[in-house]
Amino acid sequence: MRDVGILSFAQSNAKSELRNEVEILLPVVKEAVKASGLARNDIDFTCSGSSDFLQGQPFAFVMALDGVGAWPPIKESHVEMDGAWALYESWVKIQTGEVESALIYSFGKTSPGDLAEVLALQLDPYCVTQLWPDADSVAGIQARLFLERSGRSERDLAEIAVRSLADAKDNPHAVAKGDFDAAKLLSEPYRTSPLRDHDCPTNADGATVMVIASADIARKHGQRPVWIRGIDHRIDPPALGVRDLTRAPSAEIAAGKARVGADKIDFAEIDAPYTHQELILREALGLGDGVRVNPSGGSLCTRTLFSCGLNRIGDAYQRIASGDGDRAVALATAGHCLQQNLVCVLEGE
Amino acid sequence: MADAEPIKAIVTPVRLEYDFTAGKAATLFLRGLARKKIIGARSGPGQPVLVPPRGADPRTSELAAEAVEVKDTGTVVTYSIIRVPSENIKFELPYACVNVLLDGAAIGFFHVLQNCPLEDVRIGMRVRAKWVADDKLTTSVSSIEYFEPTGEPDVPYEKLRENT
Amino acid sequence: MADAPDVLRGPHVLEYPFKRSLGPVLSRFFTSLRDRKFEGIEDKDGKVLVPPQEYDPQTGETLTEWVPVGPGGEIVSWSWVSKPRKKQPLDRPFAYALIKLDGADAPLLHAVDAGSEEKLSKGARVVPRWADEPKGGINDVVCFDLEGK
Repeated sequence: MRDVGILSFAQSNAKSELRNEVEILLPVVKEAVKASGLARNDIDFTCSGSSDFLQGQPFAFVMALDGVGAWPPIKESHVEMDGAWALYESWVKIQTGEVESALIYSFGKTSPGDLAEVLALQLDPYCVTQLWPDADSVAGIQARLFLERSGRSERDLAEIAVRSLADAKDNPHAVAKGDFDAAKLLSEPYRTSPLRDHDCPTNADGATVMVIASADIARKHGQRPVWIRGIDHRIDPPALGVRDLTRAPSAEIAAGKARVGADKIDFAEIDAPYTHQELILREALGLGDGVRVNPSGGSLCTRTLFSCGLNRIGDAYQRIASGDGDRAVALATAGHCLQQNLVCVLEGE
Repeated sequence: MADAEPIKAIVTPVRLEYDFTAGKAATLFLRGLARKKIIGARSGPGQPVLVPPRGADPRTSELAAEAVEVKDTGTVVTYSIIRVPSENIKFELPYACVNVLLDGAAIGFFHVLQNCPLEDVRIGMRVRAKWVADDKLTTSVSSIEYFEPTGEPDVPYEKLRENT
Repeated sequence: MADAPDVLRGPHVLEYPFKRSLGPVLSRFFTSLRDRKFEGIEDKDGKVLVPPQEYDPQTGETLTEWVPVGPGGEIVSWSWVSKPRKKQPLDRPFAYALIKLDGADAPLLHAVDAGSEEKLSKGARVVPRWADEPKGGINDVVCFDLEGK
């Protein structure tokens, strides 16, 4: 395996943007490319993650290329997934030796469409979508099963929200943040039982860019190299009734393949849009109770769909690069009820 | 009550509604159309004028925010004859869809050609926009009803080559 | 150019009238549904899946053993929708639930018109409310009602 390091990372998140996707992406690309130390034309491969259904037009992602620079013609690819999967494709390409560096970007605006309806398209089109279940209700069904199986309480979930929102205060890129009281949150009505507003993600608009490179280039960068020590992704069956919704087997397998348990984990950035999902994923990743989760506030506070998974990896990278930890695990999720998971282990030199 | 025929297909309609915000670049363009002007944008003096404006210059990915008005006359750089019906088309089939290099712009602009026999449509043909009546102007590309030939002499291909 | 944000907004609709061909397994499932019957299919371990799947979710092998299930069943889990959205099966508060039909192992997602959340519990028995005029599709079951309602 070739060592691959992260050179730079930049993100932009807002509750609701009036700018279009290209206008949002442009400054973020500039920031990440500048911080990478590489000239745009020296980055061998470009890969993006986004969703046409979120944007409301077929081939919508092609428009974003204006902001990323595709002239002279570039080697480029796209995944209809969170940017974390674009990172994976780029990492694989570097492993093959075909390229030495990659620019990964992702973007999405959740505000224009009706997210509940858009996400219903991720469900079985024959037997489920036409019932138009909203994502929160589907997550609620999972949450109820999980609370029953694990013995955890709604209070435990509220405390995850309180902790995340408080941690988000230190994150200039987080959208929801502040000091909240668990008892007060629990006195609010359910949004869709057993989940309340604070258990559900604060959706956002934004874009994320990351630059990675093989060891030779990463070592020339000048800052502490942060290596991708392990990266793997797995998927569970989509039908909600054929799997144990209280667990995330795909996350468990990916964590094993990425060798999460090979050494001490200083902290984790977990893409859990719902509070109960953080607990399911903690279990799947085998994290001890002492491991700090989501010092950034996580995707609960800032759910820029199709970027938030990559944001977890980027936030983990920045923390290690600045010396606040040596080895971390980041997880990105896709689909309803944690159906698909990508696990990435980062380690500072 | 049971039908003998098994069900072989089901209709599963999807209708998604978006509150679409045009973004700065498109807003510039659409507001111009409401005032019977075609507005493009460039990243700086001497840089190519892009119509419609897209926010960034694709060649450099620099912000292209400087508004530049282009003429509503131009030259056909390519075209296609449409014969396939579609619910949303209000033109009589077959009709010509043209890519017009408007005078002042660096890239072509898509619209429909009318008032020209199909066999006469050609690259290099000079055309002008036919606007809707003043009271029907709006922030939409449909403020231009169609393009039609001006009758001026054709522009030779050598002059268009870079823009096709 | 003015400094104040001047951005145009307008509705944009993306619409697809998809007509999906079913293949033999879903064709049989939806034909039975139209005829007010549920059928499940056995996976390689003998677990009955509803809705049926063409291939075993674990091994990928082709599945062929059909089993009649339901029509009644019990609630495995639910979420109470206090503010129904348009297009959802009911326009008054209701639950989306995973329902294990009698004879099935894998539960099915559908709506339950319980009237109020207090009436719901794990294991509560439900029965299907069939559409007066089936059109083909999962909505040929309008929703489920609590048994004995």
